[in-house]
Amino acid sequence: MLNELGKIFIASALINNFVFTRYLGLCIFFGVSKRMETAVGMSMTFTSVMVISAALSWLVYNLVMLPLGLGFLKIVIFIGIVAAFVQAADTILRKISPGLYYKLGIYLVLITTNCIILAVPVINADEKYNFMQALTMGLGSGAGFSLALIIMASIREKLELADVPKVFQGLPIAFVLTGLIALAFLGFSGLIRL
Amino acid sequence: MEAIKKEETLSPKLIVSVGPHVKDEETIQRIMWSVSLALLPSSVMAAYYFGPRALAVMIVSILSALGAEAVTQKVMGKPIAISDGSAFLTGLLLSLNLPSGIPLYLPIIGNVVAIVITKQLFGGLGFNVFNPALIGRALLLTSWPRLMTTWYKPVASLTSLDAITTATPLGVIKEAGAVKGMEELLKQFGSISNMYTEMLIGNRAGSLGETSIIALLIGAAFLLYKRYITWHIPFSFLATVAVLSWVVGVKDPVTGNISFFTGDPLLSLLSGGLILGAFFMATDYVTVPVLRRAQIAFGIGCGLLTILIRRFGGYPEGVCYAILLMNCFTPLLDRWFKRRKFGFVKERK
Repeated sequence: MLNELGKIFIASALINNFVFTRYLGLCIFFGVSKRMETAVGMSMTFTSVMVISAALSWLVYNLVMLPLGLGFLKIVIFIGIVAAFVQAADTILRKISPGLYYKLGIYLVLITTNCIILAVPVINADEKYNFMQALTMGLGSGAGFSLALIIMASIREKLELADVPKVFQGLPIAFVLTGLIALAFLGFSGLIRL
Repeated sequence: MEAIKKEETLSPKLIVSVGPHVKDEETIQRIMWSVSLALLPSSVMAAYYFGPRALAVMIVSILSALGAEAVTQKVMGKPIAISDGSAFLTGLLLSLNLPSGIPLYLPIIGNVVAIVITKQLFGGLGFNVFNPALIGRALLLTSWPRLMTTWYKPVASLTSLDAITTATPLGVIKEAGAVKGMEELLKQFGSISNMYTEMLIGNRAGSLGETSIIALLIGAAFLLYKRYITWHIPFSFLATVAVLSWVVGVKDPVTGNISFFTGDPLLSLLSGGLILGAFFMATDYVTVPVLRRAQIAFGIGCGLLTILIRRFGGYPEGVCYAILLMNCFTPLLDRWFKRRKFGFVKERK
């Protein structure tokens, strides 16, 4: 059991890292990885939203949708669940921690339509994971995304000083860099066979 | 009037310039060519064991690296600096990481990716995030996995054109499992002491430059003596691999149980590209941390990932990917190991 969960965690964080091997969630990835500070804040927000939305959608999918035979509606319903939850989080954060809200509010809105947040519940549903497995999958994907963000932010901060050709400054070099990191992450392939 | 004139003709006593004010004979050029020189024994051994084909791979690789560097610098309007030796070294290192029997367009593609995309796009020498030669190799391995893992038996003749394919020691172990693989290796080499001797000299299948451990160690000793590299990364890297390969031990292919503390550290050190990677590629100034403590962490990380990939991953050899992955963490390591300034209080939020 624990072994299985560990495998799911490592597989979703490293081997099938959403950014570097599935190329999902790139808009947030490039948007917040310019500064370390925002990257760290984003990773924390993202991971918590990911875990909670994975749990919520698992509950709805297995307790409501499957008994009613509504499995085919999963994309629509998952988007609804995530959007509602993020909106709630947004409101709560604005009340509780205005400082964090002003830093991350705009990204919290971005998370609503993020592809990873949608991909995790869909993968959980397709793989017929149980509740703990679904939670681990969410946590692993969040950790993998955070790792990607923090690595990227640290390198991009260093690249600010680099003599990058003018046409490649900013986003283009960030895309090239992501490609190269993805090449390095290929080393993890085949590490675990689920 | 007279006095001012006199003062003008004298050379200025006080020279104001930006630091660092180090007056030394060491230049980029000198270091790059010295590292290339340190790779000379390995190159000679590669040419000896793998024949003229190896020589062709090395020459094509070096020429394409120099060509790619010159063309990119010309296009970008920078001064052409192929004489600084860094492109030469990249080309040489990449060729030493390739098997001898590959078609000659592979090193050209690898070098163009290494020089243009990995180095020049990021601003040239000093700004690249990844080791160019290793990115070149990783790309070739991903794109042409079959060609890049067809290894040849050493022929030990400068003129022979015969080539027999075989598996590397690590490949044998990956394929057959640790216990069976070891038996096969013993069959191949005769006795265990003979196996270690042959591996030290380089009489085994593998990439061009990785096989001859003796030649690599001569080069590494030269670099250590000249202080072009320090012990921190190579030794923490090698020690981690040695200890972990002993601890993790061998996995029984039938039951899947791992018997701990039974591994063979010497075999892990001598096989694969570990020595080449640890001394010549994990010590690249640009892509590793600056701080000594961070360098030790870097070496340990490389060792961990190497064992992880070798034992549990999809590839028989993990040194290349381990170094590339740790290259990603270089800025983070430098940040984490930064010494706290005296009297500096952490800012409160």
